[in-house]
Amino acid sequence: MSGKPRLTYFNGRGRMEPVRWLLAAAGVEFEEIFLETKEQYEKLIKDGVLMFQQVPLVEMDGMKMVQTRAILSYIAGKYNLYGKDLKERALIDMYVEGITDLMQMILMFPFSPPEAKEKNLDSIKERATNRYFPVFEKVLKQHGQDFLVGNKFSWADVQLIEAILAVEEKIPAVLSGFPQLQAFKIRMSNMPTIKKFLQPGSPRKPPPDERYIETVLKIFKK
Amino acid sequence: MAGKTKLYYFDGRGKMESIRWLLAAAGVEFEEEFLETREQYEKLLQGGSLLFQQVPLVEIDGMKMVQTRAILSYIAAKYNLYGKDLKERALIDMYVGGTEDLMGFILFFPFLSAEDKEKQRAVIVQKATSRYFPVYEKVLKDHGQDFLVGNNFSWADVHLLEAILMVEEKKSDVLSGFPQLQAFKARISSIPTIKKFLEPGSQRKPVPDDKYVETVRRVLRMYYDIKAN
Repeated sequence: MSGKPRLTYFNGRGRMEPVRWLLAAAGVEFEEIFLETKEQYEKLIKDGVLMFQQVPLVEMDGMKMVQTRAILSYIAGKYNLYGKDLKERALIDMYVEGITDLMQMILMFPFSPPEAKEKNLDSIKERATNRYFPVFEKVLKQHGQDFLVGNKFSWADVQLIEAILAVEEKIPAVLSGFPQLQAFKIRMSNMPTIKKFLQPGSPRKPPPDERYIETVLKIFKK
Repeated sequence: MAGKTKLYYFDGRGKMESIRWLLAAAGVEFEEEFLETREQYEKLLQGGSLLFQQVPLVEIDGMKMVQTRAILSYIAAKYNLYGKDLKERALIDMYVGGTEDLMGFILFFPFLSAEDKEKQRAVIVQKATSRYFPVYEKVLKDHGQDFLVGNNFSWADVHLLEAILMVEEKKSDVLSGFPQLQAFKARISSIPTIKKFLEPGSQRKPVPDDKYVETVRRVLRMYYDIKAN
């Protein structure tokens, strides 16, 4: 037992990717166990380590943590990425929740039927450019600071850079109307821990492919 | 200007109900403005109050808060219902995540067709009795304390009671295999602030009906074709 956090999930982004981002941004090394077979998953359930029979699972500080938000909030709190008081925390939570709603659309996208994919892609583009990106563009423009909340690097910044890159993978020119976000993207990408995470060989996972989708469906098939 | 806490939502449960529960449990008085027309919603949008163009909106402590989870976390922390340290907070977050997922199966129930409602009712009961209730039953059995976390009343207790009552509305004897939860339900229901919230005339909202569904669809121009998950 190394003492490092241990992540159990599929070998792909899914709901675990924001956890990988946040740990990496905080400079925390972690181990990963990849679910490849239904038997592995059923064993985890039988062993009673998955509180609600679901992954992500993160073992850290003696806890077997499930529920992505609980995990992320804990990491943010532990590594001082959650603001300096209740009100900054509230702002971070609001921003993170909004971004999570956008990321949810991207999360589900690979599992949508082929005939729905174009429509879903349009929805992602519409939401990103009309609902979510304008909010953060405005926040950054209004206070003129480097980070979203309290002039300090926080979970909200990590979540936003992750989302920007994920949307750009689908819609390469999506930031064209957002100069503040373009500058933000560069700034965040140059932060040492994030820069390292963006390099090849890091624990960052590639966009979901056919193999990933197959694995998830196989493991959850009844 | 602190002023009173004010909630903006439809006159019904939806995503705002957990917030009403938590404020009530904490003994906090609040005002409500009910969205009835599309014009009201557009006025809120134009006024810039809705960060992501969505309700719930809660005006509290000079902030215009949106995103249900953010609002609930703020209220829990402010009123000392979030545990004593990071680890208790993590447990509360995990438990609340579970009850939120469970209530998520009920959230869009009123929008389903009659046929889908019957199917969904079975799903709700199955998830409650095989995935969620056993967890909380075991937690209470293992530590033998009155409350879920840290021997102290917390957001997790409020959320679980809310979930239990909602599932019971779909199947009244759903707690029959869960003696710890039956005792928990009785205990938490008799906490003075919660007892008051459970009495007629409180701000607790009734089971959503067709009028509620109509209002949501009219105001948001969404949710016309919801299928069970």
